[in-house]
Amino acid sequence: MTLAPVTTTRRPSTKGRRVVPRSTLTKGSGLALGIAVLWFSILVLIPLAVVVGTALAGGLPQFWNTLTNPQTLAAILLTLGEAGLVTALNVVMGTIIAFVLVRDSFPGRRLLEIIIDVPFALPTIVAGLVLLGLYGPRSPIGIDVANTRSAVFLAFAFVTLPFVVRAVQPVLQELDPEVEQAARSLGASGRQTLFRVVLPALAPAIAAGAALSFARAVSEYGSLVLISGNLALRTEVTSVRILTYIEGGQGAQAAAVATVILIVALIVIVALDLLQRRIARRG
Amino acid sequence: MGSRGWKHTQRWIAILYVALLVAWPVLLVFWNTFADGLEPIIETFTDPYVLNALRLTAVAAFWSVLLNTLFGVTVSILLVRYEFPGKRLLNALVDLPLSVSPIVVGLSIVLVYSTTGGLFGEPLERAGIQVLFSTPAIVLATTFVALPLVIREVVPVLQEVGTDQEQAARSLGANTVQTFRRITLPAIRWGLTYGVVLCLARSIGEFGAVKVVSGNLIGRTQTATLMVEQLYYDFDQEKAFAIASLLALISIITIIAVSLLRTRAEAKEPS
Repeated sequence: MTLAPVTTTRRPSTKGRRVVPRSTLTKGSGLALGIAVLWFSILVLIPLAVVVGTALAGGLPQFWNTLTNPQTLAAILLTLGEAGLVTALNVVMGTIIAFVLVRDSFPGRRLLEIIIDVPFALPTIVAGLVLLGLYGPRSPIGIDVANTRSAVFLAFAFVTLPFVVRAVQPVLQELDPEVEQAARSLGASGRQTLFRVVLPALAPAIAAGAALSFARAVSEYGSLVLISGNLALRTEVTSVRILTYIEGGQGAQAAAVATVILIVALIVIVALDLLQRRIARRG
Repeated sequence: MGSRGWKHTQRWIAILYVALLVAWPVLLVFWNTFADGLEPIIETFTDPYVLNALRLTAVAAFWSVLLNTLFGVTVSILLVRYEFPGKRLLNALVDLPLSVSPIVVGLSIVLVYSTTGGLFGEPLERAGIQVLFSTPAIVLATTFVALPLVIREVVPVLQEVGTDQEQAARSLGANTVQTFRRITLPAIRWGLTYGVVLCLARSIGEFGAVKVVSGNLIGRTQTATLMVEQLYYDFDQEKAFAIASLLALISIITIIAVSLLRTRAEAKEPS
């Protein structure tokens, strides 16, 4: 699956100066653009803007009060912390898996390739049920993490598994083996080649995958409701906190926490866009 | 460690990690489903409430795929084939639904369509249209979360195929519709199929956003994923596992279909 965001900007000229794009819309395509943007606004942009508006409507003091509520703050810190840890794990494991998929060949490689995508396609609530089976109270291997922070980590690790793998894989495939051979022939050891030649070339892709993985973990809900127990101050993540506010009719508080999460998502999108352009320039 | 030894270690680390995290737990769900024979499965899929939930999931997925395909193809063509002010912004914004928490998606719909003070909810209420806690809200939530999937698959294909054939068709007198149907659509069909399949899988599996907007009324606004959660909490685990297995099966078929499509597309158009 393609993970990196689609890049459509093409530099029209070779000049370094940015050229302001001129509209090439015809009457028909202009109308299509209008309808598409209108639909997109009604479905996505206006509702999201209303979330931010609702959060700020009560004024900054109320916004601040919500975020510093001990239970909410604990949820935010837990979510960001676990998402960070899982992303670090994914950077290591995802890169290793990508190497195995691209550079290694063994019976079952194709199967591994398919299993990597399972967390993408599996409904999140089913993912939760799946993890409870092996790591819940009735675990056949005697590991029970239900209702602990490890359950949050486990659920995050499950749903974010494919991101780094799928970001690194295509770049690794395109990487010219001659460069590595050149490094080796010039006397570099295997380790030196890996750390001086291969990993720097993969760094933007790894970072892009890590950003996606972090964003996904921060916003995760379905896979952890069953296994984390949603215990206040202990295993409650931001999504659960927002839901509690919604169910309690506290729209403004829900919106405040949601806005923080939205800002995190936006930062990630901008970072991704910048990285993507760096990759494009290199390629 | 020699480079060959390291390669083997790497292979086993990868296999063990994926097996423990994904393969074994998923297999265990199928195992649990069939542990008590076929009877509970037959009972589950003849239960009218379960059938209702499956039907609602199908309705939501149908509208989501239809709307997102129309929107996705239109936006993809605009983004690749035309220049206009704000293009970069639109390109970045269409990815937004992938990074927004499903719960936040649900919240945004609840706030906008609330009958008390909602921007769209109040006028619609006066017109006698109920959105929240009914099928339209479920369709909106599902469409929202799956929105970027078609675009992300079609845009790279459109860039790849270029404009030569389209220009040739135009210079030979074909109009916009003819060019689209005869040239563009056949060129993007694999990417489009791939996007549609992903959109379908995402729509069937959506849980958080739907939970917030649906009200979760059994037999009325409960989708298949919502029913899995409720059955699990009600200690009706056999049924929960049976529906979960069905959903898992659908997603695994999706992945295999996509994998085959991709191989086929790559074989046809060597890059």
